[in-house]
Amino acid sequence: MWSTIKLVVLGVVVVIAAIAANYGRDLAYQVQAIEIMLAAGVAFIYFVRTAGDEKANNSGDYLDGVVRAGVIATALWAVTGFTVGVWIASELAFPWLNWEAVQPYLNFGRLRPLHTSAVIFAFGGNGLIATSFYVVQRTSATRLWGGNLGWFVFWGYQLVILLAATGYVLGATQSKEYAEFEWLTDWWLTVVWVAYLAVFMGTLYKRKEKHIYVANWFYLSFIITIAMLHIVNNLSIPVSLLGSKSVQVFSGVQDMMVQWWYGHNAVGFFLTAGFLGMMYYFVPKQAERPVFSYKLSIIHFWALIFLYIWAGPHHLHYTALPDWAGTLGMVMSIILWMPSWGGMINGLMTLSGAWDKLRTDPIIRMMVISIGFYGMSTFEGPMMAIRAVNSLSHYTDWTIGHVHSGALGWNGMITFGALYFLVPRLWGRESLYSLKLVSWHFWLATIGIILYAASMWVTGIMEGLMWREVDANGFLVNSFADTVEAKFAMNAVRATGGGMYLTGAIIMCYNLWATVAKKPAVASQTVAVPAE
Amino acid sequence: MSKKPTKTEKKEVETTGHSWDGIEEYNNPLPRWWLWTLYATIVFAIGYVIAYPAIPLINGATPGLMGWSTRADVAAEIKAYDDANAEIEAQLASADLTEIASNPELNSFAVNAGSAVFQTWCIQCHGSGAAGNVGFPNLLDDDWLWGGNIEEIHYTITHGIRNEDDDDARFSEMPKFGADELLEKEEIEQVVNHVLSLSGQEFDADLATAGAVVFEDNCSSCHGEDGKGDRDQGAPNLTDAIWLYGGDKDTIRQTVTYARFGVMPTWASRLSESDIRAVATYVHQLGGGE
Repeated sequence: MWSTIKLVVLGVVVVIAAIAANYGRDLAYQVQAIEIMLAAGVAFIYFVRTAGDEKANNSGDYLDGVVRAGVIATALWAVTGFTVGVWIASELAFPWLNWEAVQPYLNFGRLRPLHTSAVIFAFGGNGLIATSFYVVQRTSATRLWGGNLGWFVFWGYQLVILLAATGYVLGATQSKEYAEFEWLTDWWLTVVWVAYLAVFMGTLYKRKEKHIYVANWFYLSFIITIAMLHIVNNLSIPVSLLGSKSVQVFSGVQDMMVQWWYGHNAVGFFLTAGFLGMMYYFVPKQAERPVFSYKLSIIHFWALIFLYIWAGPHHLHYTALPDWAGTLGMVMSIILWMPSWGGMINGLMTLSGAWDKLRTDPIIRMMVISIGFYGMSTFEGPMMAIRAVNSLSHYTDWTIGHVHSGALGWNGMITFGALYFLVPRLWGRESLYSLKLVSWHFWLATIGIILYAASMWVTGIMEGLMWREVDANGFLVNSFADTVEAKFAMNAVRATGGGMYLTGAIIMCYNLWATVAKKPAVASQTVAVPAE
Repeated sequence: MSKKPTKTEKKEVETTGHSWDGIEEYNNPLPRWWLWTLYATIVFAIGYVIAYPAIPLINGATPGLMGWSTRADVAAEIKAYDDANAEIEAQLASADLTEIASNPELNSFAVNAGSAVFQTWCIQCHGSGAAGNVGFPNLLDDDWLWGGNIEEIHYTITHGIRNEDDDDARFSEMPKFGADELLEKEEIEQVVNHVLSLSGQEFDADLATAGAVVFEDNCSSCHGEDGKGDRDQGAPNLTDAIWLYGGDKDTIRQTVTYARFGVMPTWASRLSESDIRAVATYVHQLGGGE
C-alpha cells in the first residue's frame, strides 16, 4: 500500500514537473523543473526495481548508511564550495579572471552566493545532518526514527542544493543574503526540513537513555530555529507558479530587519548552535574525557539560544532602522559574549588532563584550534556589534574576515575533526590512512586561515579609515576606487590563504578515501549495535 | 546508563552520573570569572539602555538620558563643517570664475572641495586620476572638445553634453555616414585614409587623395578644412595623437560608419553652484586648463 502511494506521488511529480518545464516562464525555472523531474524519475525507477525485495530486519542496528552518504557529501561539497571561494577571491585581486566568455552565468555576482551557500548549506548543512544522525543514534542508543525518512532528508537536501545552485547561476535570486534561493527551492527545503525535524525528534522520543545529551539540545535548537527563520524570512508570493520570481511580503525596513534577524541567526543557530552540538560529542569522544561542566552546558545553552535571536539589528547600525532597535541588538550581542564562550570553556576544559594528546593526535589539535577560533570570533562579533566599532567595520572586509575566521576556523575545522573521527568507524577501519596527512591538513588550514583573517583585518580597517577620512574642510579624501586599489596586495594574500585551506581539504578527501580503500576492515564491527 | 556519581581519579569533582555512548560529564561549578563577566555585560547593557534610545513605546521609543540619536549625530557633524565653510562657500558661489585661481585661500578651498566632488560623481567615467577612458575624455591634457577655460568647463559641468534633461546642454551630432548610407563604402575607406594622413599615421596615398575631397565635402564643416576641429560644435581635432574612441584604422572606420554620441549628464540639478564651481576649478587646475 505504502509503496504504491509512493510510486503514484513520484509519478505525478514527474508529470507535473515535465509540464512546468515546458510552460516555465524563465530559464532558471525550466531547468529546475527538469531537475525535479529527473530526481523524481530516478526515485520512481529505483522504487519500481526494488519493489517486492525482501526487507532485511535491521531494526536493531544503527542506520549508518545515510551517515556515510552524508560524510561523502560533506567532503565533496567542502571542496566545491572552497574552490568557488578561492576563485572569486582571486577575481577580487585579479578582475580579469571574471572571464567575458562565461558571462552572465559565472559572473562574480552569481558565484558569490553560490560560494556562501555551498559552504554554509552544502558543506556545513551536510556535515550537520550527517553528524546529528550519527550522534543522536549513539547518545540515544537507538536506531534513527522513521525508517528510511533519514534517506529522504539526505537526498531531498542534495536536491535543495542543486536547485539553489541552478537558480544562482541562471539568475533566479531573492537578493537576500544566505536566503537567495527563490520560492520553489524554499518550499522544497521546508518539506525536507520538517522531515529532518521529525526524524530527529522521533529518535529522541524513542531514546533508551534517560536524559537527552547536551549535543542533542544544540542540534534540536538548530533544527527548530532554522525552520522558523527560514519560513518567516521567505514569506513571499510567487508572481506565477510557472516562474521563479516571487515578491516579498515584507517591504522596506521591515524586510531588512526580518532579513537580518534571519541572517544573524543563520550564523547563530546554523553555524554556532548546530556546530556546538558537533563539538559536544566529538571532542569528548576523541579526547576520551568527560565534559568539563554539566552546569555550564545548561546555563550557556539557554543563555545562548535566548540571546542570539535578538542580536540581528547589529547588522543594521546607521541605517533606516530606528536607533532603539539598534540598541537592543547591540546590548544583546554584548551579553551574548559569555554564553558563547561557555561552549569554548566546556570544549577546551574537557581536554584538561589530556593536553598531552595535542602532541600526538592531530585530530585533537584540529578540534582545539577550532574551539580557539570559535572563542576568537565570538569575542570579535560582540565587539563589532558595538555602534562605534561598527561605524568603522561595517561594509568593510573586516566583516568578511570575521565571518571567515568563524567559518574556516570554527565550522570548517570542527567538521574536519568530526570527519576524521567518523570515517574509520563508519566504514569499520581500525584507523585513518595517514595521521601525517592530517597534520599537513591541519597546518595548511591553520596558516591559510591566519593569512585570510589577518589580511582582511588589515584591509578592513584600512578601508574603513579611508572611507571616513576627510580633510580640514570636511571633504572626503578618498574615492571608493582608491580603496579598491589599495586593497590589491591584501586581496592576493587572502586568495593565497584560501588556496591553502582548499589544498588542505583536498588532502583530507584523499586521506578519507584512502582510509576506506586501502586500510583493512576490522573483523568484528562492534560499533554498529545500540547499547542495551 | 545511569550510574551512581563517581569520583574521578585526579579531581575531586563528581560526574553527574550520566553516560551517553561512553561520554560522562563533570559537575564543575561555573567558572567565577565567566559568571562575573556575564554579570558585568548585563550591567553594562542596563546602563546603555538607560543612556541611549532603547525601549519601544507606542509613539516612538525612550530617547535615553544622553539624548543621542544617529540622525542628530550625523546632522550635527555635517552642520559643524557647513558652518565652518559657510563664509568661504558663499564667496566661492559669488566670485568671478576667473578670479578664483588668483585668490589663494579661495583656490585651495575650491580645489579640495572640487576633488571631493570629483571623487564622488565624476570618476565613474573619467577615472579616479581624471585620465578618462575610451569614450570619456582625459581631463589632464590640453585637448578640449568644448573649451578648456574655466568658464567653458563650468558651463559643460553645469549643463552636460547631449543629455535630454537640460535644454542648455551642449549639443552636436555627427551623421552616421555608413549606417545612413550618406557615403559609399569606398568613400568611407578613402576618408578614413585621409584622416590617418592628417594624424601622421600610415595611410594609402591614392585613397587619401580621394579622401581629401570626401572630407572637404562632408566633414570639414565641423572638423574644419585642416581637420583641427571646432570647439563650438564639440568636433574633435583629428590631427593630433589624442583620440576619444581610438585612432586606429578600424576604429576610425567604425566612427565614420556609425558616428558617436557621447553623453554627459547635467549637474545643475544635483550639485550646488559652489560645488560645480569647485569641481570646475579642480578640473581646470589638473594641467590642461586654459
